[in-house]
Amino acid sequence: MTKQRLSGWGRTAWTVSDTVVPADVEAIRTVVAASPHRGVIARGLGRSYGAAAQNAGGSVLLMPGTAVGAPYSLDDNTGIVTAPAGMSLDDILRDSVPRGWFVPVTPGTRFVTVGGAIASDIHGKNHHFDGSFGQHVRSMRVLLSSGEIVRLSPEENAAWFWATVGGMGLTGVVLDAEIRTLKIGSSRVRVETERLTDFDAVVAAMSSDGADDTYRYSVAWVDLVATGRSMGRGVLTRGDHATAAEAGGGDDVLAYDPKVRLAAPPWVPNQLLNKLSIKAFNEVWYRKAPSRRHVGIESIPTFFHPLDGVRQWNTLYGSQGFIQYQFIVPLGQVEVLRRVIEAFSGQGVASFLAVLKRMGPQNAAPMSFPTEGWTLTLDMAAGLRGLPELLARVDTMVLDAGGRHYLAKDSHVAPSAVRRGYPRFAEWQEVRAEMDPTGRWNSDLARRLGLMEKG
Amino acid sequence: MKNGVGVPQNIVLFGGTSEIGQQVAARLLQPGVARLTLVARDVDAAAAFGESLDTEAEVEIVRFDGADHAAMESVVDEVSAGGRDIDVAIIAHGVLAEGTDYYAAPARVAEVLSVNTVASAALLYAVAARMRSQGYGRIILLSSVAGVRVRKGNPVYGASKAAIDSLAVAVDHELAGTGASILVVRPGFVESKMTAGMKKAPFATTPAAVADIVAKAANSTATVVYAPSVLRFVFGVFRLLPQAVWRRLPLN
Repeated sequence: MTKQRLSGWGRTAWTVSDTVVPADVEAIRTVVAASPHRGVIARGLGRSYGAAAQNAGGSVLLMPGTAVGAPYSLDDNTGIVTAPAGMSLDDILRDSVPRGWFVPVTPGTRFVTVGGAIASDIHGKNHHFDGSFGQHVRSMRVLLSSGEIVRLSPEENAAWFWATVGGMGLTGVVLDAEIRTLKIGSSRVRVETERLTDFDAVVAAMSSDGADDTYRYSVAWVDLVATGRSMGRGVLTRGDHATAAEAGGGDDVLAYDPKVRLAAPPWVPNQLLNKLSIKAFNEVWYRKAPSRRHVGIESIPTFFHPLDGVRQWNTLYGSQGFIQYQFIVPLGQVEVLRRVIEAFSGQGVASFLAVLKRMGPQNAAPMSFPTEGWTLTLDMAAGLRGLPELLARVDTMVLDAGGRHYLAKDSHVAPSAVRRGYPRFAEWQEVRAEMDPTGRWNSDLARRLGLMEKG
Repeated sequence: MKNGVGVPQNIVLFGGTSEIGQQVAARLLQPGVARLTLVARDVDAAAAFGESLDTEAEVEIVRFDGADHAAMESVVDEVSAGGRDIDVAIIAHGVLAEGTDYYAAPARVAEVLSVNTVASAALLYAVAARMRSQGYGRIILLSSVAGVRVRKGNPVYGASKAAIDSLAVAVDHELAGTGASILVVRPGFVESKMTAGMKKAPFATTPAAVADIVAKAANSTATVVYAPSVLRFVFGVFRLLPQAVWRRLPLN
């Protein structure tokens, strides 16, 4: 075990854990037995923004690159991938795309592990169309704190399966999973880009009567820095995987070569992303989009993972780090979105990237974040003056509107926010306790939100 | 658990009636703080302070004797009962004993040293041990510029602070890599009930001004902070002055 300082992708709330790279399942059992007090959590690539994959004073299992779990394979006939929990979507895509298969769900980064994707029940631009990651998991094997390995699926041990999907790693350690992938005709995406002059236009275009349901992928970038009539103006991008013909035919229609082009500088002044530079960025981003609807062909990395082109972009906020605020409100609560945006811009909080998406129905997992409604994601420097008060105010608006916060991104909400936002929280706690009666799993997120505490 | 925007969930103030300690605690009470524990000898005065706070945090009062070094470990156990972590501990208890004639009553040095140095040191280690096992935590120790260059007038107070101050700086060094850390606060002359009636020194400050500086430094990696910050330079010079020069300074 090594003492290691860990944080999430937002680089806030650093704590020290004992880290272990487990050689095999037996090694995990040993760590669990040796950590009775402050528990154990598995960590993937550390892309959740807050403290979900760290465990102050306790143990952390570093899963990427380990030989734990079944080895990777892809069935060319069915598209079913078997992958160890520590394997990343990046690794899978490098093999599967040239063979004509795409991961069922990808977030804005491909550097997430299969275990993390299940634990956070990640979603992507296709949530309204395909649902979240857990819905494409055919089965998984989970190591319980008792040392027993169980196979979970929607048919077998369904309650345990759905408690693990979105369960933030607190039900057990996912060892491997079988995932259904999507057949693709090319490695390109047919993308329609549309510039919209204000927030109402963005919302109208993304509503189900705005033909959004006919696109597999749909997301809008919104400018939260623009004020007055332009407030919430945005760029809507929608599309689907291009057919071989649309991609121009040829031998290389499935060619896939994601590159990390740039590295963020190792040292960044704390004020690099300030109000002015963010405003300028937003202006350029808006202006570079075509003013009329435009159809183009893009690569997978450009469309799905634009930020992955810059290694360690999370350091751009400087030493104090940043938070990503993602919440969802029911479809009828567009007014609340507007009030939230106004609350942030009214206090001079500039968001580098703000993303709006309409989500589809909730799945069977009690702690899964997505539910039918609007989700807005914005990021901001963590050290901003008055931020705790502002966030508390916005949290209340979200919860009062029947909304909730995404735990994989959360860095600050109060324990009550989980209890109000997730109506099936108590039910999840019961199933979790059944799977982990001795209470061996723990994380900084769980500790802050009292996820193990009754009531 | 602390959160991502620098707000601790559980704050413990040792010396719950210290004016500077109270101001620091009040300044740290932002949305997200779940509990403030006031540890004091005078529990009624601590409770009165707790009631004066406009906060959603739960305020808890724990009695302790600030001179009883042997009890510090159990006090720390009490405030972290049920496995509750201490996110921020403010160690603020102390006595000034201004005007004491130690030549007439040499034994009275023990009163000051036992609180300011011995008990504080035991408490510092007890909290540090707890935070080390937590893997995180911040100790805010209220020291004084009087300990940076001990001067005549109240050398016992100065020496008591010099001892705990240098100990804390070294313990912070020792804690590197554990997640726990110490912030040593060196205020100048602070207008408070502790100094009521005393002649104001240059760069005099207030408990609220000290609290602002501390709140900012609490979320940094600093080990030492002065209040007001100009004193870092003033005392940076003072501590290097030869005694012969120091003795001739008009402030002495």
